[in-house]
Amino acid sequence: MSRIGVFICHCGENISRTVDVERVARDVGRLPGVAFSTDYKYMCSDPGQTLLKKTIQEQKLSHVVVAACSPRMHEKTFRKAVEAAGLNPFLCEMANIREHCSWVHENIEEATIKATEIVGMMVERVKKNRVLPTITVPVTKRSLVIGGGIAGIQAALDIADAGHEVVLVEREPSIGGHMAQLSETFPTLDCSQCIMTPKMVDVANHPKIKLYTYSEIELVEGYIGNFQVTIKKKARSVNEDTCTGCGVCMTKCPQKKIPNKFDQNIGMRTAIYIPFPQAVPNTPVIDRENCTKFKTGKCGVCQKVCGPGAVDFEQEDSLIVEPVGAIVVATGFDLYTIDEKPKGSPIKGYGEFGHGKIADVIDGMTFERLASASGPTGGKILRPSDGKEPKQIVFIQCIGSRAREKGISYCSKVCCMYTAKHTMLYHHKVHGGQAYVFFMDARTPGKSYDEFWRRAIEEEDAVYIRGMVSRLYQKGDKIVVMGSDIAVGVQVEIEADMVVLATAIQPQKGADLLAQKLGISYDKYNFYSEAHAKLRPVECATAGIYLAGACQGPKDIPETVSQASAAAAKVMTLFSKDQLEREPIVARVREAGCVGCFACKKVCAYGAVEEKEIRDRQGNLIKVVAYVNPGVCAGCGTCQATCPSKCVELDGYTDEQVIAMIEAL
Amino acid sequence: MHLAQQQHTFEPKIFAFVCTWCTYAGADLAGTSRMQYPSNVRVLKFPCTGRIDPVFILKAFQQGADGVLVSGCHPGDCHYIAGNFHARRRFAVFRKLLEFVGVDLNRLQFSWVSAAEGGKWVEVVTDLTEKVRNMGPMTEFKELAMEEQWSGAINTPELKEAYNAI
Ligand SMILES: Cc1cc2nc3c(=O)[nH]c(=O)nc-3n(C[C@H](O)[C@H](O)[C@H](O)COP(=O)(O)OP(=O)(O)OC[C@H]3O[C@@H](n4cnc5c(N)ncnc54)[C@H](O)[C@@H]3O)c2cc1C
Ligand code: SF4
Ligand code: SF4
Repeated sequence: MSRIGVFICHCGENISRTVDVERVARDVGRLPGVAFSTDYKYMCSDPGQTLLKKTIQEQKLSHVVVAACSPRMHEKTFRKAVEAAGLNPFLCEMANIREHCSWVHENIEEATIKATEIVGMMVERVKKNRVLPTITVPVTKRSLVIGGGIAGIQAALDIADAGHEVVLVEREPSIGGHMAQLSETFPTLDCSQCIMTPKMVDVANHPKIKLYTYSEIELVEGYIGNFQVTIKKKARSVNEDTCTGCGVCMTKCPQKKIPNKFDQNIGMRTAIYIPFPQAVPNTPVIDRENCTKFKTGKCGVCQKVCGPGAVDFEQEDSLIVEPVGAIVVATGFDLYTIDEKPKGSPIKGYGEFGHGKIADVIDGMTFERLASASGPTGGKILRPSDGKEPKQIVFIQCIGSRAREKGISYCSKVCCMYTAKHTMLYHHKVHGGQAYVFFMDARTPGKSYDEFWRRAIEEEDAVYIRGMVSRLYQKGDKIVVMGSDIAVGVQVEIEADMVVLATAIQPQKGADLLAQKLGISYDKYNFYSEAHAKLRPVECATAGIYLAGACQGPKDIPETVSQASAAAAKVMTLFSKDQLEREPIVARVREAGCVGCFACKKVCAYGAVEEKEIRDRQGNLIKVVAYVNPGVCAGCGTCQATCPSKCVELDGYTDEQVIAMIEAL
Repeated sequence: MHLAQQQHTFEPKIFAFVCTWCTYAGADLAGTSRMQYPSNVRVLKFPCTGRIDPVFILKAFQQGADGVLVSGCHPGDCHYIAGNFHARRRFAVFRKLLEFVGVDLNRLQFSWVSAAEGGKWVEVVTDLTEKVRNMGPMTEFKELAMEEQWSGAINTPELKEAYNAI
């Protein structure tokens, strides 16, 4: 006979405000098998856990039900406490009477009845719980970092400096991400290249970092401590081992007018190219779509001029498998598509602002390239249309951001600051020029941030107009910007030479596809979700996968770097042990009944089901049955629901347990 | 959102079979956001919708459920790669069977609710409760409760012994 102990938590008043906890404790105390029941103010607190442990020992409890918050919150806490009291942790269950009851109902009678039923259901379930042994698995002490922006670079360097191997995968031909494109950075106005390129070189030279650029993640298998990652290395058409990076090929390539994405398409590049002079690695790549050789079969000049013979037109994509124990996702952001509505997206564009139609309406990143000393204009602010210096410039903030009607309701966080920066850079570079900013409000929380924004207005002459722009159109070589100044209550009209739109930060295109490969969750915008908004901000709910940078939500560089180092610290914690304990929620085959149909094997997405031969004492084969490898099984239970002879069972979620719950209601 | 405190003559019993990763978390989010919904639903947590055996649904109806909800991650978002696809196919067939047996399919709802969709959880649960309330109690399966064995529960000593002997 079981001796179950039931503990009902008040959660301060979070539960007891709507659930009559004393009545629940009294009612469930009468259920068969319940030896003890009580209610307590805070079960998760130290005295709460002590009460739990003491009662287990004094009352000789065989099972425990803690009715409190969601098991996603505190199941581990209570199972640990139960274990400390000498019981197997899996003989403890939680009944969720907070998130699923007291917080979502107001009627005390209804909530109390529901809470009693939820607890009763868990009491019946826990009776059927079995002692489960902990399973340990080895940890592969190598890490994968996806994305080579500042987030990925920082995480990779931290992990590698701790002595663990890192595999860094970047989709573009060079690492660097958006930070490599920036001119000078707020709030100190230090040159981005100057602080970024040394880190990029460190990555290239680090003996513990294996760098795959122009590569993507093809497939992720396995689980925490033991992932198998298949990387697709796209054909670069240049052999990375033999290329010396001399750059002769690029000077001779006849295709010279290809818009360079790195320069936001205002600068040009060749068909064999590196995206920018400080690229890491500095091995060029052939853009096959624009290469004469690939289009017509003729040319091949680069191959002829290359001294070491590194150009290889026949090179093909290759697949590489890397075993790793942890994964840091650092795939960063993309900018909002201003002019058009992206296909299949609920997000609407800003066609009315003429981006893409009026050449001198540009986005913030394009302004960064104009202001960058290594950019296509050598750091001069010149109009893309005619190369003239704009004497009046208008910046418009919150393009896409905080515009629910356009499909995005969040704040992009960095635009207020970078627009202030842009007005300063403009003021330094264009003498006698005037900058105007249309803004809703300025959001400048951050060390030295508000001071920076004020400086833009007070010392650098930027004119800030609170209000939105209603319309802009081209008039001769001017752009007429019409808007309202809601602070003064007047309409304003400015004849600008150039307009800069501070467009929203969005996740990378295809962020959802990568998430699906990794098995991590994402929000409705495709930003990756952390396990807990406050207490686990760098971990994914999927064990062994961590987040860094703008892929999780808009962030500036200091925040990105902090999170990257935090993710690296999490990886190092994981690597500090040789063996990892994993939840023993795995499937087990009852060999006696298994008929060897292997329906389970077909549905198992992890390949955890193997074929096992059963032989008699003489060694004669009797039958072949299914065997679940507990190291590989992820514990989904699909096999169990599929097995026609009901011979595979998922520990922790057996038919007996489920049926007991249903029958309790 | 405040629900009017109305008196109903019939309070349906709703069972929800949900996966841990998406819908259970979505229901948690509804809680942390303090959204309000009818208290008729009882949630049973599974690692994955792939674990949900159609027998559980039959068992629930037999046990007096008036409506059943099965909910998991959106297609493509399964925490276990493809468990929800297996579930979807399994339940597509199962619905046909239920229909054949004569169960009004309005009592059985499938939905995808992600961890970020607290609002959708509230909507799905509220809608199903209202729909089933209007349909009235489900009586057809209750008689079957007499015949326990076929549901998979082995609850007599003789059966247990026979089962263990295999
Ligand atoms: C106009 C503008 C100005 C800014 N100015 C400042 C400033 O002055 N100061 C400041 O602090 N912040 C500034 N920011 C913010 C800053 O750019 C970000 O904080 C920073 O770049 C975030 O770094 P990240 O590594 O997370 O992302 P990213 O820089 O976007 O890097 C992500 C990397 O991952 C790669 N990647 C993406 N998907 C994949 C995939 N599937 N597989 C492999 N690789 C992939 C990308 O190619 C990229 O290299 C500015 C932002 C903008 C838009
Ligand atoms: S491919 Fe050849 S020519 Fe081009 S940079 Fe490399 S070594 Fe120089
Ligand atoms: S529970 Fe079954 S189907 Fe799921 S991973 Fe384990 S063996 Fe495979």
